[in-house]
Amino acid sequence: MAETQALPQFPDVAAGAVPEGTPPGVENAVALGLTREEYALVAEKMEREPTQVELAMFSLMWSEHCSYKHSKKLLGTLPTKGPDLVLGPGENAGAVQAANGWIAAFKVESHNHPSAVEPFQGAATGVGGILRDIFALGARPVAVMDALRFGEPEDSERSRFLLDGAVSGIGHYGNLIGVPNIGGDVYFEGPYETNCLVNAMAIGLVRKETLTLSAAEGVGNVVVLFGASTGRDGIGGASVLASAELGEDDASKRPTVQVGDPFEEKKVMECSLELLERGLIVSLQDLGAAGLTSSASEMASKGEVGLDLDVSLVPLREAGLEPFEVMVSESQERMLCVVEPHMVDEVLAVTEKWEVYGAPIGLVTDSRRFRVFDEGTLVGDMPVPALVDDCPLYDLHPEKPSESLYPAPPKRLADDATPGVVLRTLLGSPNLADRTPLFQQYDQIVQSRTVRRPGEAGAAVLAIPEADASLAPADIAAGALGAAPGAAGQEPGADGPRPAIAASIDGSGRRVAADPYNGTIWNVLECAANLATVGARPLGLTNNLNFGNPEKPAIAWQLTEAIRGLGDACRAMDTPVVGGNVSLYNEGTTGPIYPTPVVGMVGELPDATKTAPLGFARAGDRIAIVGRSRPQLEVSELAKLRGLPIPDGLPAWDIAEARTTIEAVRDAVRRGDLSSATDVAEGGIATAIAESAIAGGIGAQIDAGDGTSDAATEAAWHLLFGEAPGLFVVSGSAEALARLEEHTGVDVIGIVGGDRVQIHVAGVAIDEPVDGLGAVWRGGLAPFFP
Amino acid sequence: MRFGVVRFPGTCDEIDALRACAAVGDAELLWHGDADLKGVDAVVVPGGFSYGDYLRVGALARFSPVMGEVIKFAEAGGPVLGICNGFQILCEAGLLPGALLPNLSMRFVCREVELVVGTDRAAFTRGIDVGTHLTIPAKHKCGRYYVPDDQLAELHANDQVLFRYAAGHNPNGSIDDIAGVCNVAGNVAGLMPHPEHAVDALLGSVDGLRLFAAATERAVAA
Repeated sequence: MAETQALPQFPDVAAGAVPEGTPPGVENAVALGLTREEYALVAEKMEREPTQVELAMFSLMWSEHCSYKHSKKLLGTLPTKGPDLVLGPGENAGAVQAANGWIAAFKVESHNHPSAVEPFQGAATGVGGILRDIFALGARPVAVMDALRFGEPEDSERSRFLLDGAVSGIGHYGNLIGVPNIGGDVYFEGPYETNCLVNAMAIGLVRKETLTLSAAEGVGNVVVLFGASTGRDGIGGASVLASAELGEDDASKRPTVQVGDPFEEKKVMECSLELLERGLIVSLQDLGAAGLTSSASEMASKGEVGLDLDVSLVPLREAGLEPFEVMVSESQERMLCVVEPHMVDEVLAVTEKWEVYGAPIGLVTDSRRFRVFDEGTLVGDMPVPALVDDCPLYDLHPEKPSESLYPAPPKRLADDATPGVVLRTLLGSPNLADRTPLFQQYDQIVQSRTVRRPGEAGAAVLAIPEADASLAPADIAAGALGAAPGAAGQEPGADGPRPAIAASIDGSGRRVAADPYNGTIWNVLECAANLATVGARPLGLTNNLNFGNPEKPAIAWQLTEAIRGLGDACRAMDTPVVGGNVSLYNEGTTGPIYPTPVVGMVGELPDATKTAPLGFARAGDRIAIVGRSRPQLEVSELAKLRGLPIPDGLPAWDIAEARTTIEAVRDAVRRGDLSSATDVAEGGIATAIAESAIAGGIGAQIDAGDGTSDAATEAAWHLLFGEAPGLFVVSGSAEALARLEEHTGVDVIGIVGGDRVQIHVAGVAIDEPVDGLGAVWRGGLAPFFP
Repeated sequence: MRFGVVRFPGTCDEIDALRACAAVGDAELLWHGDADLKGVDAVVVPGGFSYGDYLRVGALARFSPVMGEVIKFAEAGGPVLGICNGFQILCEAGLLPGALLPNLSMRFVCREVELVVGTDRAAFTRGIDVGTHLTIPAKHKCGRYYVPDDQLAELHANDQVLFRYAAGHNPNGSIDDIAGVCNVAGNVAGLMPHPEHAVDALLGSVDGLRLFAAATERAVAA
């Protein structure tokens, strides 16, 4: 045990004493991102002009990134209640009840602007940040997924650079820390050319007893900072970088991007989990955007207490940091916890064991004020509510633009291309091609839970531990793992059902650009459909709203309509929003990004052994289209390859009908009825059939309609290459499909077998070898990872 | 049979290894800072990124207090298995010949690979026929096995090639498709692929379990 540590001491400063230093004034405030009106409001709340430390802290806490000042009112309309909900929005992550008494905590967060400026570190620290949100709750992170958006790699060296850098950064961080990456989605569209999107989602598992909140509690308790030391990296990340549009001179913003050290985070993670498992701390919070300022003030706000901190007690990476720099630094891999005084020594022994810094830097007070000292000299003194809650919220001024904000995509496919050429071009296009060149750069299997690896099924599947299992290494080492009963090679209970969670992340921007309301509904339905293909029922949803500058009426309209769609879809699916993130000002030199509400869902399934694969499995199985939605060509991948502009509006989907279909497929998978199941996504039904054939290494013969009229041919193109939510391509026995038909629309269109994909629908005919299609599909992304 | 699984700061696969060992025997963790093997009968040095793999993969871990004891244990004939980072550490410690270089692709690669058993005289392949194919995942960025030509000839002459990648399965450019080697005595073995991730049929394969079972001299049906 370490020697008894001296606890922080603070001088008895009279209430209302003015801190040291000359106020920097309004021009500095504007340079830090505050408006003049906001500065005046700060001064009013403070009853004087803010000091340098105070101004730095207010400019961050009142930034869009921390205050959600342009989106908070809209977010309040989302449904956040549900029978499986354990923790809704407002904590570090949301949480839902999974099987065997385990709680799944999850959240998605963006690191778009840092990644657009420096993709490797930007993406790496994005993963690091979302992992800290998970283990701050006491949950062991068990998976990472990500949603990535770049410009078109065929045409753009910059997009290839961003893609390679971001993928390398995600892999670097996740692999090194030992959390599997179980997939995600990646799309390439022109509007992301200069402003790529990197959204990372993490999932953790925790028992109710260990679940920890962030509210600072207990006047007189000690605030301990632990993890990495504090340096000048990431100063102003939340305000200067994240809350403004990108421009020409962004190389100069590189110093605002943090540099990650996954080895440090690995130690911090194990240290945090050990502290919580041993019950040594009262509350825990990670340091993310806005560093110590944000984490400390939010802990104080939630606990309805005050805090005294002394910046001179913070372990520094370099000498001579100004107090304001210590308060706003975004140095990574740091955590803040509240500890009862008599536990401090034991806490520091644990930080020492894991070879991370541990420093008592402050005390919880009853003042409701956040006071900052430097070697005992008062340098900042702010009311906590003013800092955290009093940022003005803004109403948006939405207005539908009179014409599309987005140019038509480049034409890559001739209008008279044959159906076979169309299918091959689709399969090899970056948006549809095999993601293996990307996913294989990630450790998909560490922690031994990955039932379905990326690309093996419509959603990732993770086995849930036994009810009495412990994830704590200390317990396991103490003998919780004896020799397993039964034959070698069988986990206990291997013959019984293996409960699991499934996860999916999705969000096409093009659909939302066409119709923010119906496009967002489509994204939610697609995510639920992904879960259904592995037999999972949604438990909760997290979202990352990536949009342009909300102060522009057209963007405000996109945001308003998308949130309305998100709310309606979640209510119709009875799936609560457990939390999320908003990333605004995603505009580069070429205009705004596509409005991109990324949706992450976690679901439960009672038995992972019944999970249907993506690929056809058995010659002679019937192939069927399931669902009653009408596929649309207008916003499809085919329309994009043909260079067509985005349409104005999408059909209003029948959400209830789609839900019926999604649940019917889910139940069929749970019964073990289906040999394969995939939802119809980009590229339509023809692509879904081809991908099922490629994945299964077996062909398909499709015959669905003989008409020869132009109208029949046009209908066939829509059927085969159109896209709509709530549609699936499945295979199984005739009896199994008949059982499915009792619940939803089932149209048997063909049979599994042979080594070719042969499709004949009215005037549209395709006859391609499975091997040839597979080669095209596998070769689509590989050139971008030389 | 009691296995000890070493845990360094930055180790990632220790719990997976612990569970694999526990399926055939008893298992406990050994802390990097303790020069104490707690009397275990076999040692597994698992995968991950010990000490962040700073400087060079495995270079720092080799000097930890626990590794001093592992070296003594190995020299006394105790069975030691190094997996991935563990293999790199055993090479750095001089317990196994050769070195692991960055993959030819210079990228991390995670995929299922097929291994061919090269010798059945090592502690962790005893009872598994030479030529047997095992499906086991590999995941690493620094797994390209290399020895100079003269040492390669020695490896073959001494029957030290534990596993080779099956044709078309070499994920990293390893010399002679070598995936794992053992020492001359056969008690120390190392491989890049992860047998501890192939112990549960639901997760893909159970072939890896045979290595742990071999150490207990408890035959497992093929």
